[in-house]
Amino acid sequence: MPLLSTQGLTAQYGQFKALFGVDLLVEPGECVAIIGANGAGKTTLMRSITGILTNAPDQILHNGTPIGALPADQILQRGIAMVPEGRKLFPSLSVEENLLIGSQIRKGTGRWSLDEIYALFPILKERRHSPGTALSGGQQQMVAIGRALMSNPELLLCDEISLGLAPVVIRDIYAALPAIRATGAAVIVVEQDISRALAVADRVYCLMEGRVTLTASARDVTREAIHAAYFGAAA
Amino acid sequence: MIWLDVLVQGILLGGLYALFAAGLSLVFGIMRLVNLAHGDLIIFAAFAILLVTATLGLNPFLAALLAAPLMFAFGWALQRFVLNRVLGKDILPPLLVTFGLSVALQNGMLEVFSADSQRLTAGPLESASIDLGPVTVGTLPLLTFASAVLVIFALNRIFYTTALGRAFRAVSDDPATASLMGINPKSVFAIATGLAMVIVTIAALYLGMRSNFDPSIGPARLLYAFQAVIIGGLGSLWGTLIGGAIIGVAQTVGAQINPEWQILAGHIAFLIVLLIRPRGLFPRAVD
Repeated sequence: MPLLSTQGLTAQYGQFKALFGVDLLVEPGECVAIIGANGAGKTTLMRSITGILTNAPDQILHNGTPIGALPADQILQRGIAMVPEGRKLFPSLSVEENLLIGSQIRKGTGRWSLDEIYALFPILKERRHSPGTALSGGQQQMVAIGRALMSNPELLLCDEISLGLAPVVIRDIYAALPAIRATGAAVIVVEQDISRALAVADRVYCLMEGRVTLTASARDVTREAIHAAYFGAAA
Repeated sequence: MIWLDVLVQGILLGGLYALFAAGLSLVFGIMRLVNLAHGDLIIFAAFAILLVTATLGLNPFLAALLAAPLMFAFGWALQRFVLNRVLGKDILPPLLVTFGLSVALQNGMLEVFSADSQRLTAGPLESASIDLGPVTVGTLPLLTFASAVLVIFALNRIFYTTALGRAFRAVSDDPATASLMGINPKSVFAIATGLAMVIVTIAALYLGMRSNFDPSIGPARLLYAFQAVIIGGLGSLWGTLIGGAIIGVAQTVGAQINPEWQILAGHIAFLIVLLIRPRGLFPRAVD
């Protein structure tokens, strides 16, 4: 049974329809990349899975259970955690408090604890009493990832974690991914950097205008197929 | 020497105003909700304490101890079943609902308790005083002020050293992201309003022992609470205590010059602070 699946997932903001029947499948322990241009519906898909947007119950299944209509706090309790786009650290909380709040409701069972996060990102231990928002962009991203890991999720969603960061910093952030996957967690990576996405993922989905235009193994997919899926076949 | 006495009495009176304001400040700080029924809820709590003293024959302090958990439950339910439904991007609906609640509470209390003035009798404590060298202060006002300091100290501890306080701050920063952490913002709001009602009960205890109360005096207490919060700066609990003290001192100084000026002097002090520091003395929140 897949860990997570969406079936004909639709989503809209008022009159504006953002997703038109998206089918997505994530197996336990798998890393899935979702690529697509701006406005393709990637973030909407993440917001639907995490319950920020609610959907029809059976459009999203977690271990076979319909979760489409559950609110965000209950999705987290089922072991699905998110690193939101733009990091969204809590400005009133210190670095350490930002991490602790990740495990306040769900601790889960697994590797991740405050000490383990500090071992993964040592710089955070040095800065643990600073306000989260006083850190550099890359360090803030580490906090956001650590905060999501603190609940020991079975599925980690990373929405545009390289956005606005320098290439060398992006490399550092992505260096943490093998350690995360080593715990057995499945990961969905939303990424605009296609080669980065293909390098880390097992499978890749391409979205265009709210529809899946490509599903492929990350190893076998060709540049041409991605180009066609990304910009449309006519491009 | 008379002015030193006036100053001390004013600061102690400020403790009562800070108690009025602390609950208001707490709720506003966490959910940006201005509760226009706050003053009436204080009077409601005072009647609740009165009811317990009358039926069980307890002294007001023990009665307040019994009333506090009931008020917590009332606040929790009020938030859970009423206020949470109207909280959103638009700040007008919650204002209207709490305004309506204020009117309903006043009329409900008028119906049940009549317009008669009531008082919580504290026995010998009412007239007891302590000699502090140059000034003599009433035990009750001193106790009021000490309670205000204690309440604000405790609230600060809750905010900055507990998991609940962490959730309060996170939800105040960004409820959507807090929900991604598994925190249900609406449950946190309900706990916050429950806690505010416990503080309201403490405020009601000292209000009822200090002066007469009847169902109509809530809105004026709300006004003092507002002034204390705004003078102190939104989001700063210690600022609220100082704001209360400034209103208190202004009122006692005004009353010393001319008894008719007591209330007016408090309002004038409020306006002066607003003129000099429009965001209050210790503003914390940027928004």
